[in-house]
Amino acid sequence: MSDLDQFRSETRAWLKANCPPEMRRPMSSDEDTFWGGRHAKYSSEPQRIWFERMRDKGWTVPHWPKEYGGGGLDGEQTKILRQEMAAISARLPLVSFGISMLGPALLKYGTDAQKQEHLPKIAAGLIRWCQGYSEPNAGSDLASLQTRAESDGDDYLITGQKIWTSYANYADWIFCLVRTDASGKKHDGISFILFDMASKGVSTKPILLISGKSPFCETFFDNVRVPKSHVLGTVDRGWDVAKYLLQHERAMISGMGERGAGRPLGQVAADSIGADEQGRLDDAMLRGQIANFEVDEAALACAAERAVDLAKAGQAHPAFSSAMKYYGTELNKRRHEILMSSGGIDALEWESQRSHEGARPRAWLRTKANSIEGGTSEVMLGIVAKRILDLPGA
Amino acid sequence: MPLLLNEEQTMLRDSARGFIGDKAPVSHFRQLRDSKDATGFSRDYWRAFSEMGFAGLLVPEAFGGSGLGAVEAGVVMEEIGRTLMPSPFFSTAVLGVSALNRGSDAQKAEYLTKIANGALLAALAIDEGAKHRPLQTAMKAARSGNGFKLNGAKAFVVDGHTADLLIVAARSAGAPGERDGLTLFLVDPKAKGIALERTAMVDSHNAARVTFENVEVTADSVLGDVDQGGALLDSVLNIGRGAVAAEMVGLSDEVFGRTVTYLKERKQFGKLIGEFQALQHRAAHLYTEIEVTRAAVLKALQLIDDGAPTAPAAIAVAKAKAGTTATLAVQEGVQMHGGMGMTDQFDIGFFMKRARVCQELLGDSNYHADQLARLKNY
Ligand SMILES: Cc1cc2nc3c(=O)[nH]c(=O)nc-3n(C[C@H](O)[C@H](O)[C@H](O)COP(=O)(O)OP(=O)(O)OC[C@H]3O[C@@H](n4cnc5c(N)ncnc54)[C@H](O)[C@@H]3O)c2cc1C
Repeated sequence: MSDLDQFRSETRAWLKANCPPEMRRPMSSDEDTFWGGRHAKYSSEPQRIWFERMRDKGWTVPHWPKEYGGGGLDGEQTKILRQEMAAISARLPLVSFGISMLGPALLKYGTDAQKQEHLPKIAAGLIRWCQGYSEPNAGSDLASLQTRAESDGDDYLITGQKIWTSYANYADWIFCLVRTDASGKKHDGISFILFDMASKGVSTKPILLISGKSPFCETFFDNVRVPKSHVLGTVDRGWDVAKYLLQHERAMISGMGERGAGRPLGQVAADSIGADEQGRLDDAMLRGQIANFEVDEAALACAAERAVDLAKAGQAHPAFSSAMKYYGTELNKRRHEILMSSGGIDALEWESQRSHEGARPRAWLRTKANSIEGGTSEVMLGIVAKRILDLPGA
Repeated sequence: MPLLLNEEQTMLRDSARGFIGDKAPVSHFRQLRDSKDATGFSRDYWRAFSEMGFAGLLVPEAFGGSGLGAVEAGVVMEEIGRTLMPSPFFSTAVLGVSALNRGSDAQKAEYLTKIANGALLAALAIDEGAKHRPLQTAMKAARSGNGFKLNGAKAFVVDGHTADLLIVAARSAGAPGERDGLTLFLVDPKAKGIALERTAMVDSHNAARVTFENVEVTADSVLGDVDQGGALLDSVLNIGRGAVAAEMVGLSDEVFGRTVTYLKERKQFGKLIGEFQALQHRAAHLYTEIEVTRAAVLKALQLIDDGAPTAPAAIAVAKAKAGTTATLAVQEGVQMHGGMGMTDQFDIGFFMKRARVCQELLGDSNYHADQLARLKNY
């Protein structure tokens, strides 16, 4: 048996023994997700057990170095762990912007002190992070941001407003883009800085979404004092860090559609619609739509796998995550349109226990943001056109 | 296994690309078309191609081939798709060899070596109606003495008019629509009772209609087991579908490359047309479709070589996806070339015609999406 085969069988056995059955079902709503943080709440006892066991193995961040609370796994082992988790539909034990966005940027740009300070806390789910990028007048045109950081001795004083800050009201710390120099070109003079949301001068105001939830906020900074040592990367060169982080954010968002997990969509549809005499979904047009969707979804899963393999082989184009983000999010929207069609009237129910308080329609509405958050589909296509296809024009 | 070509596969691609790009660029195809060449491909090039080992790619080493697999066949098909090189590679080296690889030792000995050295051409005769429906095979194989008597007609027999060997699916039992009762036969196209008509197709590649009237074949000509040809046929068709999908990746990528180049050259309104966002976004969308398709096709071919139980579903995905992507690629190719794209003098139209044929070949996108739904039980 090769080392990898052995790793696979050990991993399988460990997951079998340690993943509670309740954690092997698809999540019914956002509240089922464990986000960690100072005020972390577990939605159930199995959720706590599952998180703690995975954390103790370093498997909340399996591919990070052990010294930072990771599992120290290499690429192949990480892939195997993911496959084995998917095989039993195991949930992620911890979901966090620290893991999927800030962590990679810290690993690449952080000083030793910054890594020691933040990475283990992310791995252990102790600090919940939010992302302070967008502003009211800087969305797709992110580099137009205006939030200022003024030098005051060893500190900066930060003043301005962010918007669409997901979970700012639950977050402990923020990674934030601020303008440290307004004299040059707009991409220059931006710095990437980290600070505690409990700092004096920080306030948040939730925004209600069409899904009836308010996962994000307006965030205000009024002379927030932050030590200069909290800048990640070089002062005024924060755009590089921001872009690197966005690559990871886009890869994360493109993979959000729980691809391949659970029952085939056509069977889900048949549960509510029924089948004809030949055993085919009793709505020929919908069956065709679903089949076409499943073709695209299966193909995208291959592309995601190939993207990882290309990256490992050092052959990936840095902008490829934009292509995947575009494709994955458009597809996820299609998935939820199909789920709504499949559910028919039942999927319209909004407030009832039976519908888990409208889990399906709320999820459907939430997916409409997939092609907006982290850069819109139009912006992604623009990046592909310019950076990968090298088409002309600004 | 990583979803990338390994070193040997990359070398194979480079050598196929070298040969094809050098000897058989699109102008070679154009010249054969314009001269209404009776063979439809260059026998000289096929001999040279065979000498480089391409004809025997899937032939086991014991019979003079290189014993490679579906991924390698796909690598070559993709290159063929780039220049539309007419050759019997698909009919003989892919379909023919995959079928014969499942035959008896005597059959292998008789045919495989000859195929590997380029001396024998084969063609697979399955389709009878307007659409690819292998289970609907109606052609009759009635027992007669020791052997069988074949009656019926086949259409869209790729390279049928140049074949030295026909591999024919017929019904020795059961009724159209049933899986049991299919048998494959190895038939000499010169046998009594066979009438063969070359059909000129929209893409100017080779195909033939073949009718069988009381054609007598011996028991030795059965490939595999009588009445049990369904499984054998599936495995041959699946590798064929993977190969056509790979050809479509090649042609999509080629058309796309030419189109992007044009976007960077052609000026209107004092601008390069590639500066228009409406076109940039469509080009970027097409790019993602092609990349997604490339991954799906490679995955399917790898799964075939692994003998994985998931291979049939992956092939359905690959062929369905490659068909829609190729259709989009050629349509956008013509559209973005404007009037130039509509002229015969320009090559783009060739790709559009070939894509249409590849769509139908061994099942179009609808057929394969339906297959996927069936495999997933809905
Ligand atoms: C659910 C959700 C969560 C989010 N979470 C966060 C977060 O945690 N932190 C954070 O900082 N931000 C967050 N965002 C903000 C997100 O990144 C922005 O909404 C996004 O970048 C788009 O900016 P905008 O909303 O200002 O739209 P605009 O930029 O105003 O865009 C409006 C429309 O114009 C189009 N458009 C804009 N520019 C171009 C162009 N050049 N070419 C063609 N079309 C163009 C867009 O595609 C869009 O369709 C979140 C957004 C959502 C919906």
